[in-house]
Amino acid sequence: MKPKGSKNSFTAQALNVMSIKLPSLSVNEGMARAAVAAFCAQLDPRPVEIADIKCAVSEAVTNCIVHGYKNTVGIIYITVKLCEGGIVRIDIRDKGCGIDDVKQARMPLYTTDAENERSGMGFTVMESFCDKVRVYSKCGKGTTVTLFKRLQGK
Amino acid sequence: MAKNNCQLQLRMENDTLIASLCGELDHHGAVAVRTLIDTEIRRLSPKETVLELSALEFMDSSGLGLVMGRYALMQKLGGEFRVSNPNERIMKIFRLAGLERMVKIETASGSQGKANKSRERRTKNEAKGK
Repeated sequence: MKPKGSKNSFTAQALNVMSIKLPSLSVNEGMARAAVAAFCAQLDPRPVEIADIKCAVSEAVTNCIVHGYKNTVGIIYITVKLCEGGIVRIDIRDKGCGIDDVKQARMPLYTTDAENERSGMGFTVMESFCDKVRVYSKCGKGTTVTLFKRLQGK
Repeated sequence: MAKNNCQLQLRMENDTLIASLCGELDHHGAVAVRTLIDTEIRRLSPKETVLELSALEFMDSSGLGLVMGRYALMQKLGGEFRVSNPNERIMKIFRLAGLERMVKIETASGSQGKANKSRERRTKNEAKGK
């Protein structure tokens, strides 16, 4: 096991957990990021850190709605774990169509939905606003995006 | 329709259509905003369209699509397009996509993002110095 607080260790013990379920309606995008940000506030993050988290969550949730569930309505499962050392772990999961080629999907500017003006920058935004992004997907089963962010605090 | 976190104000000044956004722009809000702006562009055929972002507090990558799409439409119609006063957060997302190399972006500090870039570089150098 890696020592606690080492730079690449995101396996710290969870101190507090929040789970929410939302139907994949676009109106819930704002709700999802606001709820996650409010829960993270207890770690006393800097405003810029909260802004990073809100934006990354917004991207992941939008992906569930636009791609995972496409024109259907399913449930989006969000779990936020606040861990020792100021680490936040956010799991955003859908039971939608899944991603064929995760590596390709994560490429900047790659999109399957250009006609609706999707920019293909969702994963790039998540990666640059978080310390680590993990994507697990299975075709026909769904996708889980895990965001890790280490908060420096005030 | 459900409430939109993003408020849009459209006004015409001389031959310029000014679209001011306020609040939070995400995928949910972008759809409605896009339709409204495009309707006005087609109705009024302005020489220039300005996307005013000084009151926009939050934007995710949906905003990139909105900017690119309006830029493309104005190009197609032979008009100008620029983005005005995005905050530092929003500028960060524009830079990720290299948008400032395509679209004219005005910031309060003057010409597009250059001032911010040198500031960034300075901070990096300072960090190295430590």
